[in-house]
Amino acid sequence: MLKITDLVKSYGSGAPVLKNLDLTIEGESVVSIIGSSGAGKSTLLRCINRLVEPTSGSIVLNGTELTALRGRQLRAARRKIGMVFQGFNLVDRLTVMENVQSGRLGYISTWAAIMRRYPKEDIRRAYELMERVGIAQYANTRADQLSGGERQRVGVVRALMQDPEILLADEPTASLDPKTSEQIMGLLRDLAGELKLPVLINIHNVTEAKEYTDRIVGMRFGRIIFDDLPSALDEEAMERIYSGSPHADRGGDLREAS
Amino acid sequence: MSQHPDTWRKPPFIANPLLRWAVYLGALAYFGWVAATMPIDWARVAQGIERAGRIFGGAFPPSFERSGLLIDGFLESLKIAILATVGGVALSIPIAFMAARNVAPLPVFYFGRAIIIIARSFHPVIVAIIFVKAVGFGPFAGVLTLVVYSIGFVAKMLAERIEEIDFGQVEAMRAAGAPYLSTLVYAIFPQIMPRQIGLTIYQLDSNLRASAVVGIVGAGGIGATLANAFGRYDYDFALAITIVIVGVILVSEAISGQIRKRIA
Repeated sequence: MLKITDLVKSYGSGAPVLKNLDLTIEGESVVSIIGSSGAGKSTLLRCINRLVEPTSGSIVLNGTELTALRGRQLRAARRKIGMVFQGFNLVDRLTVMENVQSGRLGYISTWAAIMRRYPKEDIRRAYELMERVGIAQYANTRADQLSGGERQRVGVVRALMQDPEILLADEPTASLDPKTSEQIMGLLRDLAGELKLPVLINIHNVTEAKEYTDRIVGMRFGRIIFDDLPSALDEEAMERIYSGSPHADRGGDLREAS
Repeated sequence: MSQHPDTWRKPPFIANPLLRWAVYLGALAYFGWVAATMPIDWARVAQGIERAGRIFGGAFPPSFERSGLLIDGFLESLKIAILATVGGVALSIPIAFMAARNVAPLPVFYFGRAIIIIARSFHPVIVAIIFVKAVGFGPFAGVLTLVVYSIGFVAKMLAERIEEIDFGQVEAMRAAGAPYLSTLVYAIFPQIMPRQIGLTIYQLDSNLRASAVVGIVGAGGIGATLANAFGRYDYDFALAITIVIVGVILVSEAISGQIRKRIA
């Protein structure tokens, strides 16, 4: 279970990007976060695995408080949080197998990583997962030779190799064509079910959010202003999330709406 | 009809006309003064031309009689260049990481940059003079000199490449909980590898050239052979050495250019 309480993130002295945000993700649900650009979706996700340093508040994953961790403990906690990126963030010049195994870097020694001496069970697991998402034939191919959809599958397998307790996906389909995009969303939903894994997805495509996720969280200017089943996302809620005057929101009077 | 002007002039380089003319006239006056006051002794220039004529006269035809000495000198230069390149590049990699703003903490960054600036600020000949004083005449001084020279160039260029990497790959490794060194090896090395190889080949070529120069001040190699030939007024041998140096440099430049083109 992921429990975020009173999370604030501000850059410099400007208005905070995240304003006293509370969010709880339970069980193996697939949750999507929607909202216009700049609403703080990406910052929220990156605060969870501390790629972005939260200013204050608490984030607890299965009993571990993440915001206070440093060094070795932080790395150990990050291993349990898989992340899928919008731009895939694969190492282009390495093979698909090396990219997939890079999800295990937090578990194996640096020496084993440099020498590419991966544990037997990791290699077996990698083939298993690659087979599952349909990229097993590319194990020895360089990552930059693959198409966008295939590259994102490598990204997903890399995250799953971490043996994560939660999967974060930061606009995983924004760089993909509509059809590939649906395949990846379907894959994330199915894998969440198979691996009993909660998944948190930032997404711009509301139709896909409604179709592939169990719960939709709507963000606007650093606050959660909608949190319900996809079926409850009606015209009025969409209006609140995506339109209106930014100045009114920044004024801080919408607090009761969250 | 039209109220718009039909002439246009490019705005002057310095907007203030008073300052503009002051700068132009000041520069002109300075050049005139420098030319008028430089102590050029025309009698000595005439003598120099005569002496140059003697040197060139003595240099023809070039003498390859002592080619054994020439080859030994060259092999020594090659050894100096290879050792210096290996040592210099090996040291350059960690220094480049220290001097890359996006991967090094601020104090380490300043330290790395300082090493590069110091290595770059002296011409190899000056560094060679210092090392010849420190460790004595011979190829070891040459190797040390060219190691410093290599660091100044390779570490700087490599640090700039590291600053240009796609940081998303580093982020992905961090998100997976990878330790620092594993992150470097997986996310950064693959991105900088082509540049690293190119720089190494270029530096080998460059060190071979520089080894001829630093030899003149006593740091071993073909440069030392050349300086000795001059010292003994063997101008024909000196010309032979010079011809070979030019030939070898042309060949090495062609080879390194070809290799770098292939891997780019």
